[in-house]
Amino acid sequence: MKHTGKVWKFGNDVDTDLIIPARYLTTSDPHELAKHCMEDADPGFPGKVQAGDIIVGGKNFGCGSSREHAPIAIKAAGVACVIAKSFARIFYRNAFNMGLPILECEAADTFQNGQELSVDFDTGAIVVRNTGMAHETTPIPPFMQELLAAGGLMPYIRRKMETKTM
Amino acid sequence: MGMTITEKILAAHADKDRVSPGDLIMARVDVALANDITAPIAIDRFRKSGAKAVFDKSRVLLVPDHFVPNKDIQSAMQVKILREFAREQELTYFFDGGESGVEHALLPEKGLALPGDLIVGADSHTCTYGGLGAFATGMGSTDIAAAMVTGEVWLKVPESIRFVYKGALNPWVEGKDLILYTIGDIGVDGALYRAMEFTGPAIDALPMAGRLTMANMAIEAGAKNGVIAPDGITEAYVLDRAVRPYRRCASDPDAQYLDTREYDVSQIEPQVAFPHLPENTRSIYEVGTIPIDQVVIGSCTNGRIEDMRSAAAILKGKKTANGTRLIIIPATPSVYRSALDEGLFDIFLDAGAIISPPTCGPCLGGHMGILAKGERAVATTNRNFVGRMGHPESEVYLANPAVAAASAVMGRIAGPDAL
Repeated sequence: MKHTGKVWKFGNDVDTDLIIPARYLTTSDPHELAKHCMEDADPGFPGKVQAGDIIVGGKNFGCGSSREHAPIAIKAAGVACVIAKSFARIFYRNAFNMGLPILECEAADTFQNGQELSVDFDTGAIVVRNTGMAHETTPIPPFMQELLAAGGLMPYIRRKMETKTM
Repeated sequence: MGMTITEKILAAHADKDRVSPGDLIMARVDVALANDITAPIAIDRFRKSGAKAVFDKSRVLLVPDHFVPNKDIQSAMQVKILREFAREQELTYFFDGGESGVEHALLPEKGLALPGDLIVGADSHTCTYGGLGAFATGMGSTDIAAAMVTGEVWLKVPESIRFVYKGALNPWVEGKDLILYTIGDIGVDGALYRAMEFTGPAIDALPMAGRLTMANMAIEAGAKNGVIAPDGITEAYVLDRAVRPYRRCASDPDAQYLDTREYDVSQIEPQVAFPHLPENTRSIYEVGTIPIDQVVIGSCTNGRIEDMRSAAAILKGKKTANGTRLIIIPATPSVYRSALDEGLFDIFLDAGAIISPPTCGPCLGGHMGILAKGERAVATTNRNFVGRMGHPESEVYLANPAVAAASAVMGRIAGPDAL
């Protein structure tokens, strides 16, 4: 699968309170959450982000809380994928469980706001459209690929339960 | 080659003789936990999985604690989802109303988190139970839903980093300061994906409350878990509380560590973490003059009775500074009762404090003490991210309960020495 989208760039250690502040966690409705996605980092973001755009972060993206509302909000805001130098552990798991593609890329901090990136999710290759610069990403571990292929964690579990009862 | 305590607990729960860092395992869980923010999503996923019953009624724990007592209609609706699910599934333990408290303070107290356990929770501070010698880690709601259905989780065995604390603690230095100092040293991703193992003579001497505080903040260094091997102090704590048998594990002398870091704790002063990351730590003596509007003493990090006593020792016979609000939140009903019985509430009320019922409340900017634009708070909580306690332009400084109490009296960030 390939995707091209515009970059929204954020810094290092983007925490889950920035992604979706706890004051909005009285609901788990994706559309409500999307209205406040990243608003404490960039108040205009929820209004400006377009379907298919890409969030780019530095190191330790998604640190903090275990709230699944974070990848839910990002996905419901229309963001196609998140690229960062590194991800916090719980966010990493949650993103795969939610079916939000995320890629670890050493060169993430060289990407600029508004640049268009072409991302090949199968090979992990990222090309910056206006410069033609190509970058590699850390391959998705085989087990996570299995989860993605199953459509996320719950379908994977459901399949396991069905095999058990057979 | 030997194994670390983390590897031993994981191996035991995966029915393996040994595991090594990087291994992917399916492991049995002793407890699957969720709260009023994360359980509604987990319950939704549980239903969509087609499952009819949780894997074990006594091992799925739901604790409404973040927005309780219900702060508004939406949060009331969320708690109602938990209550109805607990009733439908006939869960053995469901802590509601006057029985509820901050989950990570409540479970150890109730003997529901035990040495050698594998505990997963839809809350990042689930790592607290590592203070008892458990493997405990936070996950998202979907992972917890899967654990509720199958009683298992998939895990990658983490590499371990050993932290050795030597020497004797200075006055007013406690577990909070050791962990803040450590996070200041290694950074908020200094232990990303790793196990943090806290050892050494200073840990051996640390009371259970301080151990729970240290393990609680392992996540603030990005760790998967934080752990302290159980000993006599652990045994004394769990003996009369444990609801089921437990197992003491310890790292082998020849266990492999990614890194070992040693600290001389006699060199560590009370710590303050400046906005907006827990790694921005300074000694209390390097803080300068920073006026404050609010102080919060409580949370899963520092809401235990020892923390209440520490605050009371500072506040006795003193008044909070004019214009400074002091909010004290005993983390559980039992902490609340003990503080009352020991006369600490008199000290708090005489000092002009507000005493809140047990709740996570302001720690995450939920309710019960939200900051306005430009306001500044000293808190004994665990995070000082942008907007964490309220307005995006407010600030949170993290400290131990004695520093927080002294700051409330002085109206600026200050240590007990300043009184």
